[in-house]
Amino acid sequence: MPPPDTTESTTEPMTEPTTEPMIVFDGVEKRFGTNVVLKDLSFTVAPGEHVTLIGPSGSGKTTILRLLMTLEQLDEGTISVGGRYLSHELRSGTLGPPREKYLRDVRKHIGMVFQQFNLFPNMTVRGNLVEGPTRVLGLSKDEANSRAEELLDLVGLKEKIDAHPTQLSGGQQQRVAIARALAMRPDVLLLDEVTSALDPELVTGVLKLLQDIGDTTDITILCVTHEMGFARDFSDRVMMFDGGRVLEDAPPDKLFTDPDHQRTKDFLQAVLDH
Amino acid sequence: MPLWDWNYAFDILPDLVLALVTTIEITLLGSVVALLLGLVFAVLRRLHIPVLDQVLWAFIEVVRSTPLLVQVFFLFFVLPQFGITLSAFVVGVVGLGIHYATYTSEVYRAGIDAIPKGQWEACTALSLPRLRVWTGVILPQAVPRVLPALGNYVISMFKEVPLLLAIGVVEVVNEAREIGSLTFRYTEPYTIAGLLFLLLSYPASMLVRRLERRRAAA
Repeated sequence: MPPPDTTESTTEPMTEPTTEPMIVFDGVEKRFGTNVVLKDLSFTVAPGEHVTLIGPSGSGKTTILRLLMTLEQLDEGTISVGGRYLSHELRSGTLGPPREKYLRDVRKHIGMVFQQFNLFPNMTVRGNLVEGPTRVLGLSKDEANSRAEELLDLVGLKEKIDAHPTQLSGGQQQRVAIARALAMRPDVLLLDEVTSALDPELVTGVLKLLQDIGDTTDITILCVTHEMGFARDFSDRVMMFDGGRVLEDAPPDKLFTDPDHQRTKDFLQAVLDH
Repeated sequence: MPLWDWNYAFDILPDLVLALVTTIEITLLGSVVALLLGLVFAVLRRLHIPVLDQVLWAFIEVVRSTPLLVQVFFLFFVLPQFGITLSAFVVGVVGLGIHYATYTSEVYRAGIDAIPKGQWEACTALSLPRLRVWTGVILPQAVPRVLPALGNYVISMFKEVPLLLAIGVVEVVNEAREIGSLTFRYTEPYTIAGLLFLLLSYPASMLVRRLERRRAAA
């Protein structure tokens, strides 16, 4: 996969030649009612970095991805992606609530793959893949089509281009969903438990595909998963969450073999026993 | 005199069929109003625009809680006092259309609510423009699901058209009434009028039921 093509983007390129972080969380707090899901959370992710978020359910991992996709609004702090605020809009020097148009523009650079695939069942596979590029990036039908074919080839589903999502297996649907996210040439890709809804025999293929994408692109990837083997091979960094805080943040070799916290050890043991 | 006179029945049939055409016209045009306006109501309510939301809610409640006949009288007899004079035919179409729009909007709403949250989230993840989310993703999934329910409302509307005789629309039942009052024979005209409704409503409701089964199988 080539890097994002700047001629297709109407906005300034997101990736600076410097080593500015791609993602910045600064003092982020997220509450659902009185339940504090994320508390004073600050971290950065470098461009091209692969970060896996692990931790018990309810520890706030998925909320981080959902905040980045603007599917949730934060309560405190700021989030920026590619140097632009996602949580706020900078207008004449002051931070205010983001407007829909501004948000759409920042969001264009972020892609997400969901646990439940969420393909559009009223469209064919092709329709799903050309929707974003034609409607959002302004590609012509032909350009979008050849991009769709290229990506389906990559995910090994070229012959399914005119099929409807309902005619595909879960694994195939998830591959299409991955291709749909990549068709937007995102700078940041969010993977939210993408193999959790799949039959066990289909998991390996999807993980292998993700590994390939990780190896051959410079997309910044944030991943929530319970597949610890994959996390170990795929990540540059693993963040262990507990109770809305980062308990531990280390390279996979360290975190999986010699974690600093007993809580991390217990969690990893529990996942292994499962 | 026999209870049923075939010659008389055949004599009056053409006039009744002609009046049925008016009934069908009002039903079809009224359906267009009800189906489009109901969709607009449903989408606008979903957007939760302050003030407009409350106004729409109040309007829909008022229309649903008052008799159609009162609304038709209002359009026909009261609006002219505000300088808006509509023909009986137009009042029929608009009155039925608006009345049923408040019901179809509920049907659409149910269809829209049934779309999984993940579909909206996928639209956000692709950064799709709002209009496209509705026209490309939500409505193409929501509307087919509720077609049977919408079809049932069209059939009910068809059977409510005779109510317009109150403002002098010459539809089937009104025609039957007039024929009867001229000849003092009511059995044939009203029987035929009823049969004409049955002849159209029954196949239509069969069609809706087939549609329902097809959706259930899909």
